[in-house]
Amino acid sequence: MYAIEVENLTKIYGKGDTAVTAIADASLQVKPGELVAILGPSGSGKTTLLTAIGLINEPTRGKVVIDGVTVADEGWLAGLDLKRLRREKLGFIFQAHNLIPFLTAMENVMIALEINHQTRSEAKDRATELLSALNLGHRLNNYPMSLSGGEAQRVAIARALANKPKVILADEPTAALDTENGKNVMVLLKKLAVGNHSAVLVVTHDHRMVEGFDRIFNVRDGRIVS
Amino acid sequence: MNLAIRDIRYHRGRFILTTIGLGLLIGVVISMGGIYRGLSADALAILESVKADIWVVQQDTNGPFAESSRIPEDITYRIKAVPGVTEASPLSFQTIQVERKGKPFRFFLIGYDLNGFGGPTEILGGRNIRQKHYEMVAAKAMKIAIGEKIRLGLHDYTVVGITGKVVSSGGDPAAYVSLADAQDIQFKKDNDAIRNDRARIDANLAGIQSLSPVQAKYLKQNIAGITESTHTVNAVVARLSPGANLLEVQERISRWNHFRPISAEEQIRILTKGMIEKARMQIGLFRVILLVISAVIISLIIYTSTIDKIKVIATLKLIGAQNRVIIGMILQQSLLMGVIAYVIGYGLILLTYEKFPRRIVLETFDLQALFGIVIVICTVSSFVGIRKALKIEPGEALGG
Repeated sequence: MYAIEVENLTKIYGKGDTAVTAIADASLQVKPGELVAILGPSGSGKTTLLTAIGLINEPTRGKVVIDGVTVADEGWLAGLDLKRLRREKLGFIFQAHNLIPFLTAMENVMIALEINHQTRSEAKDRATELLSALNLGHRLNNYPMSLSGGEAQRVAIARALANKPKVILADEPTAALDTENGKNVMVLLKKLAVGNHSAVLVVTHDHRMVEGFDRIFNVRDGRIVS
Repeated sequence: MNLAIRDIRYHRGRFILTTIGLGLLIGVVISMGGIYRGLSADALAILESVKADIWVVQQDTNGPFAESSRIPEDITYRIKAVPGVTEASPLSFQTIQVERKGKPFRFFLIGYDLNGFGGPTEILGGRNIRQKHYEMVAAKAMKIAIGEKIRLGLHDYTVVGITGKVVSSGGDPAAYVSLADAQDIQFKKDNDAIRNDRARIDANLAGIQSLSPVQAKYLKQNIAGITESTHTVNAVVARLSPGANLLEVQERISRWNHFRPISAEEQIRILTKGMIEKARMQIGLFRVILLVISAVIISLIIYTSTIDKIKVIATLKLIGAQNRVIIGMILQQSLLMGVIAYVIGYGLILLTYEKFPRRIVLETFDLQALFGIVIVICTVSSFVGIRKALKIEPGEALGG
């Protein structure tokens, strides 16, 4: 079973003469444990594809299946709790780490767990475990402002992994990092994909990082070209 | 995890400053309410201390506080004789402003019959007036020491006792002297004026050719006796026996010419609805304006705070946070700000209200009502931020 299945996904913004097709007839499948890149220049439609898979942006047409659950088939399926699906099945990593500035590193991870109905002590134990595994055991009580870019991104990765998601979606996770930190993040993502048996889909235009991926989908003008 | 508390903890400098500012504003609202109540309390202070059922004043006046009233002192005996009246006592009221220690010193002087009622109800220090002349009991707010002398009219008066918080409707602290002294201070002319008046009477009588010298002498004595008399009071107060019919007593006194018997209830209405109504309305309006300003400020603070957190809220939504998590964060912050600001405002007024130049009366109901209003304002104000937050799309978390 694929962790991500996308068939003929199309997203059109606007209507009539002003309609803009951001992504057209995109199809892809990602298996658990795979680290896959969607590569393309700015405006090519890669983030639109990510947001459709991430249950943020409703596709105009096409089908999206996440961990065996069909979430979109010519639009969102009726009766779906998208927030619950996002909490339980997806983990997000952002370009600018998007840590909550008024929470410590540990609390940033705990919040994802508490939102998913974990008790405080369970959340604390899991956050400590994750951050320690990412070599951040000494930074548990630090606020994001006092973390380096690499450290902050590792906290963001810990948060994305907190609820053991089957799919991790990363939006330009290395864009704000230098080459060395960027490579470290890629190694970490690969390790997590294999170790947690999660599908990791990374949207990037950072050609420095292409070496670490299992597969790469190139997107041009809203279409997957290779 | 309480996101509201954590946000406040992280941005505590901003939160403390904002809350103190809001607290000062709420303090002003509380003090306005206290002044509003204080105006009523001040206006009624003398009525409550005298505890009279009827105030007999000059006909066609709303005296003795709202309008000038002058009636002869001896009407007291006639009022005492009315069936249903157990006691009656003459009272004199006047506002005095003298110079003391180089500054204007203003107070409200009450003259009362030492054998009647209407004098100081409590003596906090020293003693009550015992001698018929030249002794005074002063209100604590006058900040005058026992034994100190004040020159009023032609004589010095020694403070022999200190009384409580009796003030005039204008808020001036009250002092008590004997009725005779008060009448002297209010009506007695100085020697030059007396000589001048007598010369005028002489000149007028000299023009009446038909008067014999003996008639002129007695007529002059009579006229001088009337013009130099100080036996005038501003009101005579009466208390009724239990079960006496107030309306009957009033009706009986009304039958006499030149007097108006005002019931205590009417006197309260004259004072509260007439004398201080505009001031009360003004203060009430200020309170409403200040509450509206507070609401606008809280709304703006919550709105800008929500704008600052767009990325945070979008991220929370993206990781699957329920709306209640986001609504809770905004609402709790707003309520915390309101509650803490209220505590600051209340504490500030509690520490300072006795130092205000006018009386501040803090009533539990007013404080509770204001607390309720603050909570409602905070809740309603947070809707602005909540509305904005709920419109934020999770997709806004993406991108740089």
